Amino acid sequence: MTLITLNGLTKAYPGVIANDDVSFDIDKGEVHALLGENGAGKSTLVKMIYGLVKPDSGQMTFNGEIFAPAEPRAARIAGVAMVFQHFSLFEALNVAENIALGMENPPKPNVLSEQIRNVSTKYGLTLDPDRLVGDLSVGERQRVEIIRCLLQDPKLLIMDEPTSVLTPQEVDVLFTTLRRLRDEGTSILYISHKLEEIKALCERATILRHGKVVGTCVPKDETAKSMAEMMVGAKLKTPKKSATKFGAPLLVVENMSQKSIDPFGTSLKNITFNLRAGEVMGVAGVAGNGQDELMLALSGETLTDAESVKLEGAFMGQSGPVERRLRGLLTAPEERLGHAAAPDMSLTENTLLSGFQRQKLGRRGFVNKAGAAAFAQKIIEEFDVRTPSVRNTAKSLSGGNLQKFVVGREVLQNPTVFIVNQPTWGVDAAAAASIRQALLELASGGAGVLVISQDLDELMEISDTFAVLSEGNMSTPRPAKGVTVEEIGLMMGGTKV
Amino acid sequence: MDISIVSLVATLIVAATPILLAATGELIVEKSGVLNLGVEGMMIIGAISGFIAAVNTGSPLMGFIAAAAAGAVLALLFAILTQVLLANQVASGLALTLFGLGLAALLGHSYAGIKPPSTPKMEWMGLADIPVVGPILFNHDLMVYFSILLVTLVWVFLKFTRGGLILRAVGENHDAAHALGYKVVRIRTLAILFGGACAGLGGAYLSLIRVPQWTEGMTAGAGWIALAIVVFASWKPWRLILGAYLFGGVTILQLNLQANGVDIPVSYLSMAPYLVTILVLVIMSADRTRASLNAPASLGKIFHASS
Amino acid sequence: MIRLEPRTDPSRLMVALTPILAVLATMIVGGMLFVALGKNPFEAIRMIFWDPILGEFAFYYRGQILIKAAPLIMIALGLSFGFRAGIWNIGAEGQFIMGAVIGGATGLALYPLDSFIVFPLMIVMGAFGGFIWAMVPAFLKIKFNANEILVSLMMVYVAINFLSGMVTGVLRNPEGFNFPESRSFQQFPAANNAELWAGTGIHWGVLVTLGLVVAAYVMLTRHIFGFNIRLAGQAPRAAKFAGVSPNKMIAICLGLSGALAGMAGLFEVTGPAGKLSTTFPVGYGFTAIIVAFLGRLHPIGILLAGLLLAVTYVGGDIIQSKLSLPKASIQVFQGMLLFFLLAVDVLVNFRIRLTKRGSA
Repeated sequence: MTLITLNGLTKAYPGVIANDDVSFDIDKGEVHALLGENGAGKSTLVKMIYGLVKPDSGQMTFNGEIFAPAEPRAARIAGVAMVFQHFSLFEALNVAENIALGMENPPKPNVLSEQIRNVSTKYGLTLDPDRLVGDLSVGERQRVEIIRCLLQDPKLLIMDEPTSVLTPQEVDVLFTTLRRLRDEGTSILYISHKLEEIKALCERATILRHGKVVGTCVPKDETAKSMAEMMVGAKLKTPKKSATKFGAPLLVVENMSQKSIDPFGTSLKNITFNLRAGEVMGVAGVAGNGQDELMLALSGETLTDAESVKLEGAFMGQSGPVERRLRGLLTAPEERLGHAAAPDMSLTENTLLSGFQRQKLGRRGFVNKAGAAAFAQKIIEEFDVRTPSVRNTAKSLSGGNLQKFVVGREVLQNPTVFIVNQPTWGVDAAAAASIRQALLELASGGAGVLVISQDLDELMEISDTFAVLSEGNMSTPRPAKGVTVEEIGLMMGGTKV
Repeated sequence: MDISIVSLVATLIVAATPILLAATGELIVEKSGVLNLGVEGMMIIGAISGFIAAVNTGSPLMGFIAAAAAGAVLALLFAILTQVLLANQVASGLALTLFGLGLAALLGHSYAGIKPPSTPKMEWMGLADIPVVGPILFNHDLMVYFSILLVTLVWVFLKFTRGGLILRAVGENHDAAHALGYKVVRIRTLAILFGGACAGLGGAYLSLIRVPQWTEGMTAGAGWIALAIVVFASWKPWRLILGAYLFGGVTILQLNLQANGVDIPVSYLSMAPYLVTILVLVIMSADRTRASLNAPASLGKIFHASS
Repeated sequence: MIRLEPRTDPSRLMVALTPILAVLATMIVGGMLFVALGKNPFEAIRMIFWDPILGEFAFYYRGQILIKAAPLIMIALGLSFGFRAGIWNIGAEGQFIMGAVIGGATGLALYPLDSFIVFPLMIVMGAFGGFIWAMVPAFLKIKFNANEILVSLMMVYVAINFLSGMVTGVLRNPEGFNFPESRSFQQFPAANNAELWAGTGIHWGVLVTLGLVVAAYVMLTRHIFGFNIRLAGQAPRAAKFAGVSPNKMIAICLGLSGALAGMAGLFEVTGPAGKLSTTFPVGYGFTAIIVAFLGRLHPIGILLAGLLLAVTYVGGDIIQSKLSLPKASIQVFQGMLLFFLLAVDVLVNFRIRLTKRGSA
């Protein structure tokens, strides 16, 4: 029995066709995967089903009737519920209030709290209705979203990249919940680019590339490789690592503690590690366990005890970003637009953010515009950044291109130590591979590279040593070879292995 | 020295009421995530509109109604600028104040020196004659009680109703609220209009009851102090009363000291309310973590539904 | 249905065009206002915009325009740096007053010393007075996170009261029949900021203002300081990444704008105003906010916007005397100008699209 059919859905934005004649259907009680790279048009498609975006053409039927939700409310009434990738939650409100906001006719607060407790025990999703969402971990926040959906008895549950924020153990719990829902007759549209998960969970998969359906398959009958090739459209090169021999310690961090100023942030506790020449150290962890704070403390945007950060023998804990850069410590923060780059400034101007002093793009404080433009040009050539010119604004670049620009800007300044947070988040596969390759080459050239990432596969692929960040504590780095995913999962959950 | 505590308290309530009204409106506006710095402008427009309406109809009630309407109309300009045309909220608020001050002066040009119809005090069946408590609690005009009622209603609205929850949600995270299907722009526009009406009432209270007269620039920063009191109150309705009455107390105290010929020049005494406001701001903002926890997270940010 | 569509790059054409659009819209709606007041709108608009520059008595008015434009531009230049960085000093009026009081008091303390050092010293002290006044909100912001908008504004009222305390107290003219005003600087040659060429309106403040426009232009467009200011305003986190200290930024922006406002106050009190009195503050500090925005926070734009607003001031005086319109009508006019500017600003970053309802 078909629950929802999509027929020729098309949606264009200025300069890009997000969805081009997309058609497929989902059966009742089916877990259907929507597979595609970043930018393939998955988000736009689900927004149309959820009533947030109206298609330019094409139509949908739901339970045999024409379905054209004008707004999310209409979609919810019809029985569509959605768990967003970036949660639609309110940090300063409590769990029950957050859930009530996502419901059409919420019951009285005390009744609702009771229902929340019931549902959370039934599906094994522990949650206290009275806690502030801001105090919850990322995994718990996702539970809020899921319970919010479940309380509405949805016929179709849309999950947008749900596992990207979970530990492997939490993923198992989630899958148990989803299978149970499926058995109760709920259809699930499961969006992901993680192929093993899709093989484990989904009955059918529809694959999107550049806004078009390029194939449908039964995941169980496919290999991860064959699906990946459908998704990417070309065979992928995996970055090559040359044999590694480590040199002297470049960056020594000892007992670095830092209280977070964000009321919902994570404080760093006694972070200690050595980063050696030629080493790529991977730091894994679920979002919100102190990654941002660690990044800021290492880049010098927040200061710590002078002696807690030692760069090639010099204490740098009380030195700002400029001094650290001049001594060879360069960084690329997670948020590209607004942190690593100024959205409304040209690429030329964006070179000044980290390059003004180190690249000597000026004299006596006066900016050498020609020099900056030349540097920007060099970055876009060597890192294959697709942009009409260096005069275009940072925000006009796609995520992958901007990330290549940001990484390129730092790598071309020959860092002694390079620290990068989520180097390939939201980046298409080809760009991701070239960024990883650049990181490895940097390390083989004798630099120390620290990669903070939530993508375990990425870390396993490029790290020599491996550590986990959990609630502001960092585990003792260990050789990456021989670490199993299960071990990492336990470490992420805070267990000492 | 001859200062009666009872009359001091009774008059401080009157001095505090305009600010309390304006601050209550601004609280709702800020809870929805909008920073309207035009309170001063909306107050003074309320002061003159209310004054004109009351003088011409002979009814203070008509004056207050006109003041609320005028404040809301001015606030609508702000709503159009910031919600539809996505203008910077700080600049738009300043524009509102500068424009309001000018327009009020223009409108009030021929109303200087006139006495407005007086507003009667409420009858509480003789309760006003009770010593001490009577003059403090039961010897005021309707608007004083209305202002307290308004705070109560705002509290109930924010804490117990779905509308209040939605308003708070929009102010916390407008993108999430939009994703859930709430009409961010519409909700904020309504909040802004409410804020304008309240500021208008506050202004009219100045020109019709507190002073009562029209003089150019008579708000003298009251709108700005209302903004400060919202911060002081940590965006909690009940604390608005505390803040406004504290400010009223300082104002009345310095006026009494002036009248009693204390040996400090009038000019320096007149600084007191402004200095106290600064002090209060400093105290309430000093704990950064707490301050950022209390303030609506989307406050002052521009919302544009890109998808 | 009208929809706003973000531009990937801001429109340069619109950046230049919107102030002109705003002025035109203000003329139209302002004209309607004059109709409502029972006046001939064309005559009124002509008196405001034409007569001061090219009318019969323009030879006199032109000097007046420079006199009024100089403080507006000087203050607005200072404010523009902070506004760009998202630091809102709206207490320039207070800093203007304090510059006049501190600088003026310095001169009065030296009365009747006849030395070339008096006036330069007063300028320095005037700038210092404004600087100190602006450092109050800066300090409270950095140290206690207190909102600089509210604090700087509260400081205006404190300054007004301080001024009146001074002119009724220690600074009162001992030979002035108890009026609340200081000695006249016109009677004190060493401290007098007189017209340099008779009838031109040009005094030292005008020349300094011109120099500051050039300096501000160079800083903003060529120097890393200007770049950091823009960065801090557009992307505060990116500024931190680049190593710009937010606290330093707050102190510099507030201090700079305070110093310029204070200096403007000193030039005003020793020249056009002539003495300290309770009527000294005329709102230049607030009008300068309009000038800064109308000039798009750009030094050249501010120069033009300051001249334009000065024209409306002079024009306002004309309609006040000739059409017997209240002084406030010009204030409404100026407020409207800022309104319309903010409204048409949307065209810089967005494209207006017409879409059919329902088909979208």
